[in-house]
Amino acid sequence: MNAQERLSLIRAGLSARHAREKRFRLYGVAAIAAALGFVAILFGMILVRGLPAFTQATLSLDVAFDPAILKVEDKPQRREGQSPAEFRKALLDWERKVTMLNFNRIVEQAVRAAAPGTTADARQALSIVETNARFQLRDMVVADPGLIGRTVRVDMLASANADNWLKGNIDRSLPDAQQQLSAPARALADQLHADGRIRFAFAWHIFTNVDSRSAPAAAGLAGAFVGSLYMMLVVIVLAVPIGVMSAVYLEEFAPKNRFTDLIEVNINNLAAVPSIVFGLLGAAVFINWFRLPLSAPLVGGLVLTLMTLPTVIIATRSALRAVPPSLRQAALGLGASRTQTVFHHVLPVTYPGILTATIIGVAQALGETAPLLLIGMNAFVAQVPATPLDQSTALPVQIYLWQGNENRNFFEARTSAAIIVLLALMLTLNAIAIFLRTRLEKRA
Amino acid sequence: MNATIVAGLLLALIAVAYRAGWSRSVSLAPAAGGRLHSRPVYHGALTALWALAPALLVLSLWALLADPASRAFILAQLPPDVAALDGPKLEEAVRRIRQIESGLGVAGGAAPFENAAAQALAEFRTLAFAAVVAAAAGTGALALLAARRRITARLRARNEVERIVGWLMIACSVVAILTTAGIVASLLAEAVRFFTFVSPADFFLGTVWRPGFSTTGHGAGGEYGLLPLLWGTLMVAAIAMLVALPIGLMAAIYLSQYARPKLRNAVKPAIEVLAGIPTIVYGFFALVSVGPFLASAGTVLGLPIRATSALTAGVVMGIMIIPFISSLSDDIIRQVPKGLRDGSLGLGATQSETIRRVVLPAALPGIVGAFLLAVSRAIGETMIVVLAAGNSPFLRLNPGEPVSTVTVTIVNQLTGDTDFASPQSLVAFALGLTLFAMTLVLNVAALYIVRRYREQYE
Repeated sequence: MNAQERLSLIRAGLSARHAREKRFRLYGVAAIAAALGFVAILFGMILVRGLPAFTQATLSLDVAFDPAILKVEDKPQRREGQSPAEFRKALLDWERKVTMLNFNRIVEQAVRAAAPGTTADARQALSIVETNARFQLRDMVVADPGLIGRTVRVDMLASANADNWLKGNIDRSLPDAQQQLSAPARALADQLHADGRIRFAFAWHIFTNVDSRSAPAAAGLAGAFVGSLYMMLVVIVLAVPIGVMSAVYLEEFAPKNRFTDLIEVNINNLAAVPSIVFGLLGAAVFINWFRLPLSAPLVGGLVLTLMTLPTVIIATRSALRAVPPSLRQAALGLGASRTQTVFHHVLPVTYPGILTATIIGVAQALGETAPLLLIGMNAFVAQVPATPLDQSTALPVQIYLWQGNENRNFFEARTSAAIIVLLALMLTLNAIAIFLRTRLEKRA
Repeated sequence: MNATIVAGLLLALIAVAYRAGWSRSVSLAPAAGGRLHSRPVYHGALTALWALAPALLVLSLWALLADPASRAFILAQLPPDVAALDGPKLEEAVRRIRQIESGLGVAGGAAPFENAAAQALAEFRTLAFAAVVAAAAGTGALALLAARRRITARLRARNEVERIVGWLMIACSVVAILTTAGIVASLLAEAVRFFTFVSPADFFLGTVWRPGFSTTGHGAGGEYGLLPLLWGTLMVAAIAMLVALPIGLMAAIYLSQYARPKLRNAVKPAIEVLAGIPTIVYGFFALVSVGPFLASAGTVLGLPIRATSALTAGVVMGIMIIPFISSLSDDIIRQVPKGLRDGSLGLGATQSETIRRVVLPAALPGIVGAFLLAVSRAIGETMIVVLAAGNSPFLRLNPGEPVSTVTVTIVNQLTGDTDFASPQSLVAFALGLTLFAMTLVLNVAALYIVRRYREQYE
């Protein structure tokens, strides 16, 4: 084959080869487009579903605290010579009596006063107001008994069903049997909305209320939020010192032998152990053996600490490895001991790296769900935990609980809203990490 | 309250001891001609460590003994007829008194002797706590004085402090080993208990998963065949890899070989956002968006696909794994020496031919390692399958049908259950052991391959 023939052979194949090149590039572009598309679809779907849940139908009604219904003696005052215990008892008795009053009737009258022509009966009228309204009114009376006999404008949450109806989450053309609100109640809700008595207000209670089953519209994330906060504190307090110390040991002091090799393999392997296995460890060791309480943020924090530890160790080690040896040699040359060299000169250079690793580890721990289910953190807890040993839930577990709620129409949006809160927290953490890293690196 | 007092005591002890050691060494300096072996901070630190150790010892002893001690005290307080009870009834009596003491109150009102015992218990606890705090403070102070007396100008305080810090660091490193040991020990111990109910052969080779309920009585009472769960796990993982491998690998190739730095710097973090999203979010996404979409797409195509199925869970899990594959492969492809690429391009190969015939074969071991790591993640992933796989533990070939996996079953069998006595909850540990063993093999193999690969080009 002479040169001429070879050249023509190559030329003949050239267009096919170029076409193949183009196709290959196109596959690459398509792969990237797909990956970015998934990111966009995921965030878009969460935002579209979740954002409406941040505003909620709120009634503002003129509530008449009718003394004919609210028959109760005056709030007890502390008398001369009454011991604190006796006074407390009298006060509690009084509060109990207030609680027994028929606040539902007050709510119903307020609804009727706002829509005089309604055909709804008592049940139907109450079905558009969330069930926690009576407790809200009771708390107002307990705080200020002078309200009885007066008429005050009060903002109350509309019920989950009314909220769904007004937001159009339910097909309005469905027959009565498939509607959650009765026909008069739906008309009542529409009328109040048209009159401006029901408006859509920002749902602050998502952040300030605890979870609630009886009053789904008033369910909030406060308990889960504090539970997650406690767990993050435990993780930071334990994982960072232990992780950094062990990274420093392995990188700067450890002799090369079987034992340190074992630790090394161990840490790499732990980083890839499925999170649910850590949950099994927590259930068997912390709960069953040490008898720590179920559903406690302390136990959750311990489990998450063990999970986060490899992340912190691996990142700290790579930060330590990046420190130039000249720094160590200079310090050692000036007569510093090895410990002084490491703790006074090498470690401070790695602070940005350690900080970033910590925050990334904490963000990871914040989003972890599976191990927490195994140590009982999926319990329904309607309280803000006061200490890390109290029963509590966590943000991702709250999402898990809400997505399983049978009132799908309402809780799908609520779940997405909780996801938005969780993602916003994680994004904030990551943004802080990036910000601090760039700042600290500039200074160093 | 108590915790605050203890923390305050320890902090005060540290502060006083540090100060004592520091000032003592400073006062010794002039006599030694201004030459101390160690700087005063080390003397302070050493004194503080010496003072802290016995105080901590006393407190941790109390932490161990407080419960048995208070129990013994309660038993001593009980009237003879109650104390003569045995088993659960006695436990119940003790528990009631503890409850009254903590101010919670008990069902059915408290008997006078219970109130008296609770009162005594409260006094006992206050007294005991005060005694322990005093003992901790006392031993701490004694140790402080002893440590302070040791201080001379020639005391090698720095070396001693450094040795203690060294041991502390070793202790921290051992936590990782303890974690692994804890995982293996607890899984093995509980799994062995499970195998006393169900024979390992029935578990590993059984094809029917029907555990029954623990409330229907103890004893085996059900079938515990692992194979349906294993099959579901593998099917979901395989679908996930079918989605993640092409997209992740092509994205990595494009970003490392074709993309300009500007595009690369913008796209890479955007893809890695996917890695930071909690899995529960993916699960919800699968449940409310992907599942219904696939089901309706199936209707259009005439394929029966259920909304919660192996396919739904697998596709979403694949999306989750994309950044994992792409960033690992990206690292690996960039480690292929430039000379190999340049040689191929210089011989007239197109870029894609270079990538396919030279770069990828050179990077293959590393990519296989990344692939294995990704498979191990897919097998261990929990929340996506809990929400989207449909939890139906049957051996089925069709990926459009619901399945159940090992992780889902662990969650179902163990959630909220702490009475590890029935095979229904113990089986979770046998499943966990299987899962741990599978991921361990995959991880070790992957880490070994990746490490060998790195060494090859370093």
